[in-house]
Amino acid sequence: MPIRKLLIANRGEIAVRIIRAAKELGVKTVQVHSLADQESLAVKMADEAVNIGPPHAAKSYLNIEAILNAAKSTGADAIHPGYGFLAENANFADAVVAAGLIFVGPNGHAIRTMGDKVAARVAAEKAGVPVVPGSGGRIDDQVEARMIAGRIGFPVMIKAAAGGGGRGIRIAASMEEFERLVPQASAEAQAAFGDGGLYIERVINNARHIEVQVLGDGKHAVHCFERECSLQRRRQKVWEEAPSPVLPDDIRAKLCASAVALTEAVNYSGAGTIEYLYDDTSKEFYFIEMNTRIQVEHPVTEMITGIDLVREMIRIAGGEPLRFKQSDIKKSGHAIEVRINAEDPAKDFMPGPGTISNLRIPGGMGTRFDTLLYDGYQVPPFYDSLLGKLIVWDETREQAINRLQRALSELNVGGLKTTKTLHQVLATDSDVRKANFHTRWLEGWLEANAIRLKEVDAT
Amino acid sequence: MAKHILSPLPGTFYRKPAPDKPNFKNEGDLIAIGDVIGIIEVMKSFNEVKTDQAGKIAKFLTDNEEPVMAGQPLLELS
Repeated sequence: MPIRKLLIANRGEIAVRIIRAAKELGVKTVQVHSLADQESLAVKMADEAVNIGPPHAAKSYLNIEAILNAAKSTGADAIHPGYGFLAENANFADAVVAAGLIFVGPNGHAIRTMGDKVAARVAAEKAGVPVVPGSGGRIDDQVEARMIAGRIGFPVMIKAAAGGGGRGIRIAASMEEFERLVPQASAEAQAAFGDGGLYIERVINNARHIEVQVLGDGKHAVHCFERECSLQRRRQKVWEEAPSPVLPDDIRAKLCASAVALTEAVNYSGAGTIEYLYDDTSKEFYFIEMNTRIQVEHPVTEMITGIDLVREMIRIAGGEPLRFKQSDIKKSGHAIEVRINAEDPAKDFMPGPGTISNLRIPGGMGTRFDTLLYDGYQVPPFYDSLLGKLIVWDETREQAINRLQRALSELNVGGLKTTKTLHQVLATDSDVRKANFHTRWLEGWLEANAIRLKEVDAT
Repeated sequence: MAKHILSPLPGTFYRKPAPDKPNFKNEGDLIAIGDVIGIIEVMKSFNEVKTDQAGKIAKFLTDNEEPVMAGQPLLELS
């Protein structure tokens, strides 16, 4: 049954993005918002808006009951969760369906399976997707741990089975170090999570982050090629591109086919992303995780394939089968997205809100700016610092970077500091120009270029 | 006039280092310059609030998890 009225359970640029897609499909929109977002662009653009609570996200954007009540009172028949907040909360997906509504995304079971590190790894292995060599599950016995570590080879990473967000991770370069660190890691995991279980994985040095965009309708799946997001700061992506500048065509074909196999194996419905580590030297790739939602960097894929991913999500959720066969999906040219955050690159990326003035948005061929900004808008301090995403497309990567520089020179955001200057300096860097980087590259570069970032800020 | 400790940043004010931990400071506590009295979350970054005055806390004017503006009084000293 096609969706008639869509409630957007999110905020910021992604809410704007979803409203645009819904409007183009003739779907009415309901924007829920916190007290702090009353004047947001998404609220102004939506057909209806409902205040669901105080600024603190736990009391508004994470309040399942308030969101379901808003859907009921406005007669919405579907909910799009965007990214972040409740997007990967399986209980929310289940609650939406239990309330007789459509959840724009996969079912709770798929979210749960992919959200559990061990279950996701098992599903990937079953579908024939390479995973990082490791214990394959929790190990409670230290003799067994030593055996496995010896088999997978050093350096190895020791992780808490119950952990998350990088907590409790230790790296051992040798068996000697491993024997010393395992009891420590276990004791710490026991204290922090009430569960001393560990698992171990080989460390992939100088890996790149490459991810495959997939679309599924519950029966069939297709891929829309890959993105490379190796430029990261504190595990947050800052610059993303499609396709990966370093992937040979035969590896690309294998990588994308593995993503489709996994997507079909879990009867996935909607848009999803399978993330991998890629070792440039050995040309091997390893599954890390699946994100069961639309991602921030989805526009670079849209630019090289011409497919509107958010619109496809809404169609699939409304019951339509996939509209594309794999052979229909072609890539063309190169796209780059840079994140414009309310952070000051000259002051260690300190975030700071403010009131927007003298806003000038770049335009011209192959240039797109997805944003929540308008002149006079007060950026609230309560949510993340993403203000907009500048996306450029051109025939080649080199031309795309030139176009990015041109577009950045047009962009003006008055009233607060942004990461525009970071991207201006990155775009001139010879390693960036040569795509000579990995996931830890940017942090070292930032230390080496701290003074340059301050100088750019002063000019 | 009563002395106040003002919020240096806009954001969300927390009186404790984690939800299951006790408050940094309570009413009646003596504080010295540089003591941490809370945390302000601004755009998902957490910043300690250090006092610029010494004294005894008469009362908190901002509750835990309450939104604050820069310059808003967080507590009153007696």
